[in-house]
This record gives sequence, C-alpha cells and structure tokens, in this order.
Amino acid sequence: MAFFNILRQSPWSARIGLGIVLGNVLVAIFAPLIAPYGEPEVVGDIWLSLGKGHWLGTDHLGRDLLTRLFYGARNTISLALIIALLSFAIGISGGFLVAVVGGWIDQILSRIVDILMAFPTLILALMVLSILGTSIPVLIGVIALLDSTRVYRISRALAMDIKVMDFVETARLRGEGIWWVMRREILPNALPPLIAEFGMRFCFVFLFISALSFLGIGIQPPTADWGGMVRENAGAITFGILSPLFPAAAIAFLTVGVNLIVDWFLSRSAEIRAR
Amino acid sequence: MVAKRLGFGLITLIIITALIFLGVEALPGDTATAILGMGATPETVAALRKELKLDLPLHVRYFTWLSDFSRGNLGHSLANKRPVAELIGWRFSNTLFLAASAAVVSVPLALILGMLAALYRDSWFDRLISVSTLGAISFPEFFIAYSLIAIFSVKLRIFPSVSNISDQMSFFQKVPLMILPCLTLTFVVLAHMMRMIRATIIGVLSSPFIEMAALKGIKPSRIIIHHAFPNALSPIINVIILNLAWLVVGVVVIEVVFAYPGLGQIMVDSVAKRDIPVVQASGLIFACTYVLLNLTADVLSILTNPRLRSPK
Repeated sequence: MAFFNILRQSPWSARIGLGIVLGNVLVAIFAPLIAPYGEPEVVGDIWLSLGKGHWLGTDHLGRDLLTRLFYGARNTISLALIIALLSFAIGISGGFLVAVVGGWIDQILSRIVDILMAFPTLILALMVLSILGTSIPVLIGVIALLDSTRVYRISRALAMDIKVMDFVETARLRGEGIWWVMRREILPNALPPLIAEFGMRFCFVFLFISALSFLGIGIQPPTADWGGMVRENAGAITFGILSPLFPAAAIAFLTVGVNLIVDWFLSRSAEIRAR
Repeated sequence: MVAKRLGFGLITLIIITALIFLGVEALPGDTATAILGMGATPETVAALRKELKLDLPLHVRYFTWLSDFSRGNLGHSLANKRPVAELIGWRFSNTLFLAASAAVVSVPLALILGMLAALYRDSWFDRLISVSTLGAISFPEFFIAYSLIAIFSVKLRIFPSVSNISDQMSFFQKVPLMILPCLTLTFVVLAHMMRMIRATIIGVLSSPFIEMAALKGIKPSRIIIHHAFPNALSPIINVIILNLAWLVVGVVVIEVVFAYPGLGQIMVDSVAKRDIPVVQASGLIFACTYVLLNLTADVLSILTNPRLRSPK
C-alpha cells in the first residue's frame, strides 16, 4: 500500500517514466507471445512501407520490423541489465572494501581506476574488442569492468563518509568483521544514492551497447538488437524510408524514461533528507 | 600544484602507451595467427612473427615501438600494407576539423544561452534548457543524426546525407557537406555545456560580492557581465575544454553515420578487420588528445584560480 501512496504523490514526469520502463519490460518479457512473426522470419519484400500485416514495415532482409523491435527490446535490455548489475557488484564491493581496509590496497586500486578513467571509454572498448573479438561474454566483461570504475569512485566516496560515523565504530568495537561492516552497516546507508546511480549507469551501458552494435562490434546479427537494427536499416533513410529511426527512437524513449524516474528519485530523497 | 598535475599527466600518458602496447601483446589471439587464419602452417606463422618482430623480448619491442611512434613511424597496416601514418594522418586532421567546427558553433552558443538561462531563472526558457539537457543525455547520437538526415536531406533536400569530403576539395566545397555532422555534434554537447555554465553563473551570483553590487543599484545585465562573468571564467573554461575533449572522442559514431573520413571511422573499420596496428595508432592518438585536453583544463583552472595557485 505504501508503494501506491508514493505513486499517487508522484509528479506526471515520473509516472511517464514508470510507464515507459514498465512497457519496455513487459515487451521484453513477452516478446515471443506478442510479436506477430518469429525473430529471424522473412515475411515479405525488403523495406516495405508501413501497413497492415507489418505495422512498421520490413527491414533490409524483409523481416517484420515490429517483431524485430520486440525481440530487440528483450536482447538489448537484458544485456544492459546484466552488465550494469555486474558492474555494480564489482564497483561496490571494490569501493567499500578499500574504504574500510584502506592502506596500500586503496592506493593501488584507486590509481588503476584513475588511469582507466583518464582513458576515453569508447576508444578503450574498441581497442580491447578488436583484440578479443566480439562475443557476448567478452562484451559483458569488458563493459562491466570499464563501467565499474565509475561505480567504484562513487561507492568509495560514500563509504568514506559513512565509515567515520559512530555506529560503524560501534560495530567495529563489537568485533564485527569487514564483510559485516560492508554489508550491514555501510550498504544500507549508501543505498539511495547508489540506486539513483544505478539508473544512470544503466542508461549509460544501454547507450554504450547500442553504440557498439551500431558500429558493428556489439551484438552480432542475426540476433535482433536496437543499435544493430539502426545500422542494418541505415541505407533506407536515403530513400525516404524511416525504418532506422524506429529502433533509434526506442532507445531514446527508454533512456528518457529511466532518467525521468532517476530525477524523481533524486528529488524525493533530497526532500526526505531536508525534513 | 601545476607541476604536480603535469607530472601526473605525463605518468598517465606513459602508462597509457604501455597499456596499449601490452594490451595488444598480452591478450589471447596471436597477431600472426590472426592474420594468416586457421589454415596457416607453423612455418609461415614463424616467418610472419619474424617479419613483425614478434620474436624479440617484450620490453625491447615496447621501446622500439614507442620511439618509432614518437618519430611518426606508426608501422604498416595489416590489411593493405600501407604505412599507418599515411592512412590516419589526413583522417586525424579531418576529425580535428569536424570537432573544431562543432566547437566554433557550440561554445559561443552555449555561453550566450547559459548566461540567459542564469539571468532568467525558472522562466519558460530556463525550463526548455533543462528539458533539452534530458534529451541530450538520453538520445543516442545516431538518433539525432538520422533525425537530422530525415529532415534536412530527405524531406527538405538542403544538405547531403553523406559527408565524403576529400583532400582535393576547397574549404567552401567542404562546408555544405560538414553542416549536418557539425549540427549533430553541436546538439550533443550544447545542452551539457549550457547547463554547466548556467550552474556556475548561478553559483557565483549567490556570493556576497554580487549581493553588494546589487545593493549598490547596478543593473542585472551589468552585474552578470562585469561582476559574475570574470569570476565564473575559470570553471567555464574548464567545462569548455572538457567538452572539447569529449568532442574529439565523441565524433566516432557521428563519423560512421555520415561516412565522414575521420580517425574514428577508420578505427571502427580496422576493429572489424582486426587490423591491429591501425587500431593501436588511432587509439593512442585519441587517448593522448583526450588526456592532454583534460590536463590543459586542469592546469588552466589552477592558473586562473588564485586560491588553487598558492595552496596553504
């Protein structure tokens, strides 16, 4: 019930954001049920215009664009979610650990992160992927590791502020170990900013995978994904067919939705703190 | 302070070159095998390793590579055997040209609009800026690029959708081809710059000496230009240079959309072809430009801020 109360007080922008995200998640989960055709199925001529039978037209191989869009939601969103979760697991545990332990581990890890962050992310990813090749596990590992440097920074800073509080001191004196302090003392108190950060990192990862797929080095065809669909259909735009714009707009739509929720969440937690 | 920052920048650059070199070496997938494919005999692989000097010890190869690199000898492309320097030199100048022209458009625009937004805070104009910032951080670059193509080159037929400039073209022949990529880049960075400039000016405006000036009865426009702006200059310079660094790197996707012959486009091509020397060289150039611009931003903000210049 508390959740519905919060929802009732939410501004219209947050409701739009929630609606967009919920819609995308539902499409991603139920893609095989609601898609009119199969993922790799060729249903007609190439680049047919919008009409009955294929509401958004067909792509460069004559596959139904709406079907591809539904399956693309599934592949792109789930991949971005896996990467963001992994990046948070690495970043938070690293950041909290060095904040609690300190000393040379902190020095070494923080300097490595400094160097990695001095590198432009896309360029670094391009270089690593050129050597390791573009398979899904490599993609997940590389992006998660690169992204975790940002999470590490913020969770280390948060943990540094929290670990000097009295209740952490008490826990340490009580004889609790590092793992307990990280999980039971620091994590709950660092959660609100981390959740907001998660929304933003998800957007970043999502845009990043889409950009890589668009450049042809992300998710490989015939798997449907939004960035790749823009790339495949790019040629159509010179004939005045708007098919590359649909997946691109879908990406923009979802990131706007997540950002609207993050904004709402940030202003809400600022209000609670001000009280 | 400045020396310390410069030192850190230098160390970063050295580590980056070492990382790029080692990354190529240490990661699985032997270069010689990768070029020759699965069917290669051990003898041909060994011969190619010798030709690529892969049989020498690691540190020797690193220093040879580094000294070659600093002399402009970037090795040869694996795909077509041409010298890398020849391939990417011209393209790097194209990339810089595109980034510079986007900067020429976006920096003054961001300054003016950011100041106006700070002046008319909470007006419809101000709100429009925060909405457009949301758009700029949420939209993928190619969405903006293809939307512009759909409008300007498909519907209105004003500008071409492909920016295939060549060396033979004069400056004025290049300009119409460059407008759409330049406009896209401007869209991508403008909102962010505007917002940062607005935030710095509002920050300065809330300080006591501005209140003093207001109490003296000075006009708001004069306060902004004569009192607030000089004090906001250092953070603004910082924001602008950071965005320039972002511009140089952010062009990659946009170059691919418009088939613009820049460094980013050849880098992406070479990644697909696994043409490691080209990837290595263009990656290094991108990384160095990015690090150097960030370094400039930090050094300038130390120099323009008296409090940072003489630390206690």
